[in-house]
Amino acid sequence: MLMIRIKAPVKATKGQVIELKAMIQHKMETGYRRDKYGRQIPRDILRRFECLYNEEVVFRAQFFPAVAANPILTFYTVATESGFLVFRWVDEAGVEAFDKVELEVV
Amino acid sequence: MLHSLCRNISILSLLMWSAFASGEEIRSFHDKPDLPTSEIKSGYEFLTRESRMLQSDDFANPGLLWVDRGEILFHEEGEHKSCASCHKGQGNYTLAGAAATFPKMVSGRLTNLEVQINHCRVERQRLVAFEYESEKQLSLTAYVASLSRGMPYQVSIVGDARPSFTKGRDYFFQRRGQLNLACTQCHDDNQGKLLRGDRISQGHPNAYPGYRLEWQTFGSLHRRIQDCDVGVKAAPFEAGSTTYIELELYLAWRAKHLLLESPGIRR
Repeated sequence: MLMIRIKAPVKATKGQVIELKAMIQHKMETGYRRDKYGRQIPRDILRRFECLYNEEVVFRAQFFPAVAANPILTFYTVATESGFLVFRWVDEAGVEAFDKVELEVV
Repeated sequence: MLHSLCRNISILSLLMWSAFASGEEIRSFHDKPDLPTSEIKSGYEFLTRESRMLQSDDFANPGLLWVDRGEILFHEEGEHKSCASCHKGQGNYTLAGAAATFPKMVSGRLTNLEVQINHCRVERQRLVAFEYESEKQLSLTAYVASLSRGMPYQVSIVGDARPSFTKGRDYFFQRRGQLNLACTQCHDDNQGKLLRGDRISQGHPNAYPGYRLEWQTFGSLHRRIQDCDVGVKAAPFEAGSTTYIELELYLAWRAKHLLLESPGIRR
């Protein structure tokens, strides 16, 4: 179970620039470390992130092994109409984690 | 020739003298006074500005991921009762401030928060005890500890807790490891100085369970103590061992009026 923390306004005025924050619990194993027996620990990182605002991509990011564990992203978008913000992460194996929040635009 | 022989003899005698002197070397500092109350500072004050901001951030503190999960576990029920079914918000069973009273004696045994949670699981919920340092244990401990955030320690060191306290205190003042260092030599005598790139703190436990940047994850106080033991090249005890719980009691008492910061951020 990956814990996700989202910070987004519940309400915004039309045309307002809103700040969004998204954090996910993930170890972001680089693939460069070795265990106590000298065996390589396989890479296990998140590869992609995207934020969809009413099914339209408003922010997209790629992750690499140098990104720290439990990555947090802060980004902005313009509030246009009421609807849903979907935050979606995809890891190395294609496994997805997502969260959804509602935004009311007045 | 004679000159060099003389020199060799003098070096030899010097070596013998130093061997004799090391026989009288101090093994323990247990006569030393404890850290004066007026000088007590939280590890928070030894952090960089950025790390302090991360700890104080109600959203971005990564320890809150474990607190969130702990809150889910706290309310989770199946064939067993949930933690929340006994420990309701108000009344005798509320857990606000509970974490600040540990370690304490529970039915004749010195118990810290982790051990107490396992005791509840086995005795009250009829569940399997958590493995020490497992993600679930860390999460539930994080949640319960977070309910005491901002409250001062309230541990008892009198009565039947006294022998454990004395043992924990002795551990702190005892030299150990290949580097032959006692906790007190760094955390009392050299606090505030640099150890490589790190500012040496006073070694207070009030951030734990907490998020350590070096680990890139959440961990218990015992894991942190293990790191110190490994640092002085001593064989660490197991997390959850009686020795570490005794030390935890001394540390909680030594921190005196400091407030609990869990989930704290440390290097």
